[in-house]
Formats: sequence, C-alpha cells, structure tokens
Amino acid sequence: MEFFEMFLAVGFWSATIRMATPLIFGTLGELICERAGILNLGIEGIMTTGAMVAWMWVYQGGGLWEAVFVAAFFGMLFGYLHSIFSVYMGLSQHVTGIGITLLSTSLSYYAFRMLLPGVTTPPKITPFEEWPVPLLSDIPVIGEALFNQSPLTYVAFLSVLAVAYILYRTPLGLAVRMVGENPMAVEVQGIDVYKLRTGAVMVGSAFMAVGGAFFTISVFDAFYFDMINGRGWICVALVIFASWKPSKALFGALLFAAFDAIQIRVQQASVSFIPYQFYLMMPYIFSILALIIMSRKAAYPKALLVPFRRGQR
Amino acid sequence: MLLEPRKHTPLWMTISAPIIAVVIVLILCGGLIAWAGAPLLDSYIALFVGAFGSKFALAETFVRATPLILTGLAAAVAFRAKLWNIGGEGQLYMGALATTYFGTGLITLPPALMIPFLFIVGAIAGGLLLLVPALLKTRLKVDEVVTTLLLNFVVLLLANYLLFGPWKDPLAMGWPQGAPVIDEGILPNLVAKTRLHAGLIFSLVAALFIWLLMTKTKWGLEIRAVGNNQDAARFAGISINKTIIRTALISGGLAACAGVTEVAGTKEYLTLDISPGFGYTGIAVAMLAGLNPLAVIISALFIAGIFNGADSMSRAMDVSNYIADVITAASLLLVMLSVMLTRMRIRWN
Amino acid sequence: MSQAETVLRVEQITKKFGDLVANDAISFSLGKGKVLSLLGENGAGKTTLMNIIFGHYTADGGHIEVFGKQLDARSPAEAIGLGVGMVHQHFTLGDNLTVLENIILGTESFRSHRQDIKGALAKLDQLSEEFGLAINPNALVKDLTVGEKQRVEILKALFRGARILILDEPTAVLTPQESEQLFDTLRDMVSRGLSVIFISHKLNEVMSIADDIAVLRHGKLVAAFPIEDASKELIAEKMVGEAIDPPKREPLAIGATVLGLSDISVQDEEGVSLLKNVSLDVHRHEIIGMAGVSGNGQKPLSDLISGTLSPQNGTFTLAGEKIEKFDPHLMVEKGVGRVPEDRHHEGVVGDFSVEENLVLENYRSPQFSTRGWLKASAIKEHANKLIRMFDIRGAAPETTVRGLSGGNMQKVILARILENEPDLILANQPTRGLDVGAATFVHEQLLKARSRGAGILLISEDLEELMAVSDRIVVMYHGQLSNPMQVEDVSVQQLGLLMSGEGFASPESEESAHVA
Repeated sequence: MEFFEMFLAVGFWSATIRMATPLIFGTLGELICERAGILNLGIEGIMTTGAMVAWMWVYQGGGLWEAVFVAAFFGMLFGYLHSIFSVYMGLSQHVTGIGITLLSTSLSYYAFRMLLPGVTTPPKITPFEEWPVPLLSDIPVIGEALFNQSPLTYVAFLSVLAVAYILYRTPLGLAVRMVGENPMAVEVQGIDVYKLRTGAVMVGSAFMAVGGAFFTISVFDAFYFDMINGRGWICVALVIFASWKPSKALFGALLFAAFDAIQIRVQQASVSFIPYQFYLMMPYIFSILALIIMSRKAAYPKALLVPFRRGQR
Repeated sequence: MLLEPRKHTPLWMTISAPIIAVVIVLILCGGLIAWAGAPLLDSYIALFVGAFGSKFALAETFVRATPLILTGLAAAVAFRAKLWNIGGEGQLYMGALATTYFGTGLITLPPALMIPFLFIVGAIAGGLLLLVPALLKTRLKVDEVVTTLLLNFVVLLLANYLLFGPWKDPLAMGWPQGAPVIDEGILPNLVAKTRLHAGLIFSLVAALFIWLLMTKTKWGLEIRAVGNNQDAARFAGISINKTIIRTALISGGLAACAGVTEVAGTKEYLTLDISPGFGYTGIAVAMLAGLNPLAVIISALFIAGIFNGADSMSRAMDVSNYIADVITAASLLLVMLSVMLTRMRIRWN
Repeated sequence: MSQAETVLRVEQITKKFGDLVANDAISFSLGKGKVLSLLGENGAGKTTLMNIIFGHYTADGGHIEVFGKQLDARSPAEAIGLGVGMVHQHFTLGDNLTVLENIILGTESFRSHRQDIKGALAKLDQLSEEFGLAINPNALVKDLTVGEKQRVEILKALFRGARILILDEPTAVLTPQESEQLFDTLRDMVSRGLSVIFISHKLNEVMSIADDIAVLRHGKLVAAFPIEDASKELIAEKMVGEAIDPPKREPLAIGATVLGLSDISVQDEEGVSLLKNVSLDVHRHEIIGMAGVSGNGQKPLSDLISGTLSPQNGTFTLAGEKIEKFDPHLMVEKGVGRVPEDRHHEGVVGDFSVEENLVLENYRSPQFSTRGWLKASAIKEHANKLIRMFDIRGAAPETTVRGLSGGNMQKVILARILENEPDLILANQPTRGLDVGAATFVHEQLLKARSRGAGILLISEDLEELMAVSDRIVVMYHGQLSNPMQVEDVSVQQLGLLMSGEGFASPESEESAHVA
C-alpha cells in the first residue's frame, strides 16, 4: 500500500508544512482585511509584489530578514492604496481589488525588467536555509517535519497565534472585529472608522506580501513571472472556508497544502493515465468545492463589502 | 472628510472625468518612463506613433481592440447587473477551444454559415462556463468573484492539456498549438497587407447590439434594475435569478466571442498565449467606458493603442512594454475614482 | 428656564447642508437632574442638532458648553470625554459580538496588551444593579430583544461615565409598556443627578417624562418652556405651525371582500413562527388600520400581500379567488397596489429615471413594450401624465429618482400603483419620514381610492394617523392579529394595551415570539 506509506514519510509532512506557509500568510492577511469589512482582492498582485521586491532586495546585496521587511513595507503601500479607493472613497471593493492586483503585478514586472534589463534566465540568490529547532527537531516524524523548516514558516505559525490573540484579547482587536460588523458602533465611540480599516488593510496586505516573499527567498531562489499563479485567490476562498477564524485558517491552509502534497506525490509515483494538468487543476477545484461546502454555513462579517460613508445613515 | 452626493451631474463633467483621469495617469507614468532613463516627450510620441501613426499601426491597434471590445462588453453587461464576472479570460479560452474543436475540420459549412456557426458554439461554450458560478451564486450564494477567478486557471490548464496532448498539431514542429482553422471558418481579411479581419466588424456590431439591449429592451431594463437595487427589482416583480442567469449567458458568450475572433481571425490556430490577459484587461476597458457599451469601443481602442504603442516604444526607447499594463491598471483605478467624483463631492472639515 | 445648575448650554448653533438650513441659530440649556424634551416633526432638525452635540457633525456656527467647558466636538470622543452619552435611533451594536464586548468597545487604549475583562464585568455588574438594568453580559447581541438592545445602549453610555444622556426617539421601537419601563429608568437616573435630552414626537410621553420642552420646526427653535406651562394642544400647534384639519372620511357602506386571509401561518427558514393563524377580511370602501410595534409580524404580512413570501398554511383569496402562487408580478396583475415599507430599499430604483420607475411594475404590458422592445415614447408620455396628475415636483421624466425628496419619491410610488386603479392597496408605513404636507397628500389619495371602491390595508406605527383615516383597526402582536375594531369604539389606551400583548394568547416560548 504505497499510498498509505506516504503518510508515514517525513518528506510528505515536511512538504505539507512548507507548502502551507504562503497560504497561511495570505489567508491571515485576507482574514484581517475582511474582519475589518474590506474584501482585498489585491492579494494576488500584492503577493507578486512581495515576491519580487524581497528577491530583488537580496539580489542587490540586502539581507534576507531585511527583505522580509521590505516586502511587508511594499505590501502596506499597496494596502494603503487599496484603502484610499475602498475605505475612504467607498468604491466597489470587487473592482478596486482587481485594479490593485493588476497595478501591483504590472508595476512589479516593469520594475523587474527595468532593474534587470536583458536578462533571459532568472538569476538566483541564496535563500533562507532550514533552521532545525534544537531537541524538538529530533522527535521522529512530527519533530522532523515540523521543526526543521525555514524560519519564515515558524513566523507564519507564530503569526496565527499573534493574530488570534490580538483579535480576541485586545481592545484593538475588538475594534477591528466591530468595524467589520457595524462601523457605526465604532464611529460613535469616537474611533476613526477610516483609520481603523485602513490600518487593518495595511497590516493584512503586509502579511500577503510576506507570503509572496516566501516563494522567492525561501522555497525557490529566483523570481519568475506568474509564480503566484492564483494562490492569492485560493487564500480568498480559504478565508471563507475558515469562517473568518485564524485557527481554522491555519487548519484550512494545512489541509489544502496536504492535498497539494498528495497530488504531487501521486502524480510522480503513479504511472497513471491522468495527465498532470488535471492534478494541477485540483487546488482550484478544491477551492471551489470548499466554497460550495461552506456556502450554507458562511457567517460573513456583517459589514463586509458595505462602504462606510461618514455622516450618512 | 465627508462625501456628499451631488443632485445633478452636468454632462461636461460626465464626459471630461475619464479623460482627466487618463491624463493624470499618463503624467504619473511619465515618472516610470523617466526612471527608465528615456526622454518623456519622445517616448510618448513613439507610443502614439506606434499606436495610431501609420496604416499598419492603426490596423494592428484595431486588431488588438477587437477582442478587447468583446471582453469589455462582457464585463460591462455583467457589472451592470452587479454580477462580478472576473472570468473573462477563462470564457475567452472556452470560445477558443470550441472554435478549435468545431472549426478545424469536424464540420465543414460554407463560410456564410461556418463563421456564424463558430461564433454561436463559442458563445455557448463561454456562456456555459459562466453559468456555473452564476448558478452557485443564485442557488447557494457562493461569491462569483472567487469562483470565476479560479475557473480561469482550470480552463487554462485544460487548454494546456489539450494542446500538449490530443489536440497538438503534428505539423507544428513540436510547438503546443492546435490545428489551423479550415478556410471556410477564417474571418475574412479587411485591408490587404494587414492582419485586420472581420472580427472587428463583429465586435462593433456586438457593441451596438448590446447598447440597444441595455437601453431599449425589457431585458436591459431588468438587468439594470437588478444591478442598481435588487430589492426594488424583486418587489416590482422582476425575477432576480432569471435575470442573473440571463446576464451570465450573455456576458460569458461575449467574452468567448473574443476567443473566436482570435483563433479564427488573428492567429488562425489556437495557442496557449492567444490572450495576453484580454479577459482581465476587459474589466479595465469596461470601467473606463463607465459600463456604456458604445463607449467600450473607444476605451478598447485607447487601451489597444497603449499596448501596441508600448511595444514600439519599448523597442525604440528601451522602456519595458509592461508600462502598458501599468497604464491600464492605473487608468482603471483613477477612472473609477473620477467617475465617483462626478456623483459625489468631497468636503474636508 | 429651570433654576437648576446648567450642565449643557447650546448657543446659536447653525448647520447647513447645501441650501438646506437644518439648524438655524438654535440656543437652549439643560439643567442638572432634568429631562429636556426636544420635539418636532420629522425633518425639523432634531437629529442633526444632537449629532452636532455628539460630534458627528461640525456646526457651521455657534458653540456648545458642557459642564462649563467649551465643546469643539470634532469627534464623538470629545463629547464622551466630557460626559455626554447618546442612544441612537438606530442601534449601534455589533450583532455577532457579546453584550460585554459591545459595551467595552473603545474604553481602553489600543496600546493596551490585554482587555481587562474582569474589571469591566465588575463595573458592569455594579452599574446594572444601580440602575436596575439587568442583562447577561455574555449573550450575543443578535439574540436580544429590542428592549434589551436599548438597555445595552444605555449601559454603554453609563459605562463611559455619561452625566448627560441623549436619547433619539427611544420609544419608536418599544411597546407602551416597555416605554414605561424605560421612563422608570430615566426617572431613576435623573434622581441621581444625571440629565437627559429626550427626542420624540409623541406628545403623551413627553408630557409624562419631561421637565422642560423645546420645540423645533424647520430647523428653528420655535418655543421653549417648562412643562408646567405646556399643554398638548400648545405643543402640537408649535410643532406643526398651523392647525391642520384631519382628513375628512365620508361614511361609506362597505362592499365585497377584496382580500381574505384565513388561518395564515408563516415560518422562517429556522422554523420560527412569523405569523400565527392570521385571519382578516378587507372589503371595498374601507380602510383597515393595522397597529403594532414594528417587528411583530407586519413585515411578513406585508411581504405576503406583496407576493415576496409564501405562507405555509391557510388560504389567501383576492376578490374570492384563491391564490396559490406568491409572486410580486402576479399580485400586481391581480389588482394589488403595494406601497412598501422602505421607499429607498424596495420602492424605487434610485439610479433609474422617474419614467422608468413609473413603469417598473408594468413595463411588460403591451402598452409599454412589444416583443421585448420598450416603447420609449409611450413611457415618456405616461410619465408626463402622472407627474402632472400627482404633482411630482421638481421632476421631469428623465430626472433620476435618487435626487427627489422623500415626499416626491413617495408620490412616484403612489402614482405607479394608483393609476392602475387597484382593488386592494397595501400601504406599509406610507407616511414615515414625510412632512405634514406630504403625509396629508398620501392620506387624501388613500381616501380617494377608498371612495372609488378599493379596499385598503394601512400598516402604521402612528396611532394618530390610524385613528384619523381608518374605518376599522386591528393590532398585530407576536405574529397574531386581534379582532378588528370599529375605530369609533376604540381608544388609544386600549390599542396600547393590545400592542403590548394584553388579550393575546401567550407565546409558547421566547424563541417563537421573536419575529422579523
């Protein structure tokens, strides 16, 4: 039973956790935005930007950790831009989000081309190496899979805890949850709805960008066009699947990555008649299925997609 | 900051708002061109000449505008009903796949029948693709933005499979491309020594037709009512689900027709790069046009011109042609903003 | 006005919205431990004035003093800081959050690493006890009744140390008995030295709770006097400006039954009962007024007659014909004219022109379309005719409806339904938010339709309106309907008792009593 042996292999679990990392960042980021009432469809482009700028920073001689912050900074920049349109101006979040994706993607490609003119094969950098956690990484299978990862993966897991704590245990988190439910309730307490939402969108976008950066400075060592390849959209689906809860988002991302890891292994192992393109379709089809399964239970933040305009009721 | 609705929007404001927005975009993108070290004025001249400066350039711009008019119309119709169809790219490929399936020898009809036949099967394929998200939206309230986006990837992988597998043209020397469309199905050339083909006529007629549909018919009234105020539409006795399904079929069909014009007109066979994102660019085209079907023609020509012009500018000035994508995306955002400001007034206090 | 120490002084407050002067140089003051009632018709400027005091709007002129300190009120935070609390007309609560979370929102600095739940609970307990406002702090707000939600709003203000409490039309959503309970709480608060501004347009309440009265009309303060000098007649006269004759309802013999409801029951998706065995006949030449606190089943009943909801049980007949399929279009075809509760929401398509809105229900008829094509000239002609007939001011056929005033928007809806000469008219809150002139117009049109032979079901929260135009009155409570009563035989007090559930079978559980 080759299929079941797979689940005993360290490689499988290790791959699952690695592949889950960008999804965790992206899903957390989108979750923060949506909890504040703003759908951020800029995610796909912001992840692309994060991937590009982080890689470029390292390629130009910068440090890996600095690159993470550079990615986060650019994520915040585009998050701020999205806020101008969706929060302050109250425009359709669907269309402005797509606009931000188109803009951030094309700007990244343009900048890449301008900074590296005439390059045909993408140059490489030295990415993050695994950081085995002493002792813990010696635990068979679980430890080996969980505690022998890129430092960014640890950051992703810690971020889930941090975001959950902030959302549910701090005054700021309470305000963020409230502004996605009923912005007027926040406004009447003298809290600036626009600033709060903008802040949430910027922080969320920073997470997305770091998720993108993970591709270029951790798993791979180069920047390719189209490398995000719809993972941003998958994160949007995962947020709904997770019912806007950080813990479930982590679970969803892991589940998803596990499916992906299975898919790759089956694809490699079997001499099946199924062409590889159909395996590659799986993540997208799973996402759609996840949306269908959750459709009856989805409890949207009540003010999601509803623009807030001061002085109107 | 407060936004106050304006009671009346003068006509001059409606017309000038998108133009002003585009001018601002061109000024802002000037910064990017300057960053590339190219002379600004000369670059924009090169862009303009490359877009509209010669018979050949003009013809190429029209060729590029043809699918953009269709994907722009697809977005304009859907967005009017607040059906957020971001799946134009996938629907386009469905049209292209249908054209290849039926148009490369499976069926042979005289051209007067073959060409309409290809448009019809293409439109049906695209319409059916959008029907899935539309049904999920109406039956299960699944958000159509995510589903249409995800389906784009599924369809592209399907095309990838077909072109690397069963549909691969053995005469194409290993390139992943489909068999050529039979002569009866090829859209006739309009101007000798250019690539301009009858797809342009089709897209212009489609724009006129959609304009009539939206403004002069019961269906158009229903689509606009559902998009503007779903509750009032339902209260007045308009079936929301029926209207959304109908809109989806029209929108998906229009985007798919862009696939037909590309396979049966521009390229004459299917490849995987048949659309450089026409489906997504169609959203920008529609928003630039304020969702007006006739204005879609102008905005598609503008964006097609930017893309063609950017190609020749990049050759002449060493500025990456991704500048065209930047201009398109920035125009989308700023035109939305400027159109809103014709309806609202900002008050600082 | 009063001798007590002044806690709030408003001087020469002016606020303009475009050409409209919402507040015109308004001055008044509030004494410690006093209740000031701010009265006025809809649109008189009451809410605007309170929003200025609370910091939502910035005044164009004038100034405000709270406890002797100048209030710039750029944001509600400043007003809260000086001890002003406000209970808004529309609750500002988050449904999926707990009572406690709603109350403590914004009371601690965002820099704080941890919300002090324990301390907050203790403080809330103490406040609940002190003012007799019991509430479960861990309940989700969406599970509360309207009265409980209001309690949360009051606790929210007290939690922030409010010494001045502004209540904007607090009784609009309450039964008379719940209102009485609220008044007890307010009296209690006043006796402890708090001060209250109470916004209302219900004279009875004002007479029972207020110490001082201020009346607004068209943005101006037209009168201010202590309660001892007031009478209902005097206040009414000040509010309206000139005495308006109630509409004349000529006696008519009732005709055949147009709407017959028999044992109608409706449940929502979760099986919660919305309507319970409702039976009612509406005849030609009569207006049936339906009283009741909003949220007691008026909405599902009105949806049923509008065709947007189907009953699970019972028979529904129109002019004797049994209706099986509930569809808005079918209802229109069967001669039902429907005025929806919320004009903006269901009545009109805001971005559509007047002419399009006027054919929204019958654009399918051969008069306005053939083979899918609309007849533009017929639609325009139709609009011109109705604009003249119904005196829709400031409107051309091409005008977008969004820019019309509430009264003219309502005229568009009335024109749309009345020109079809419907046999049955459902008018759900047709005068809500309209000024006196526009409301009178609506009443006249309904009475005209009654004379013509239509049967009318008028749903309203305004008892004075119901008493003035109805032939018979029914009361809706928890999805049940009282027996119809001749208007001559019934008093406002009786209606109030019925509205609070007196005389109705008690509901089996709280769950089933919750109606949309």
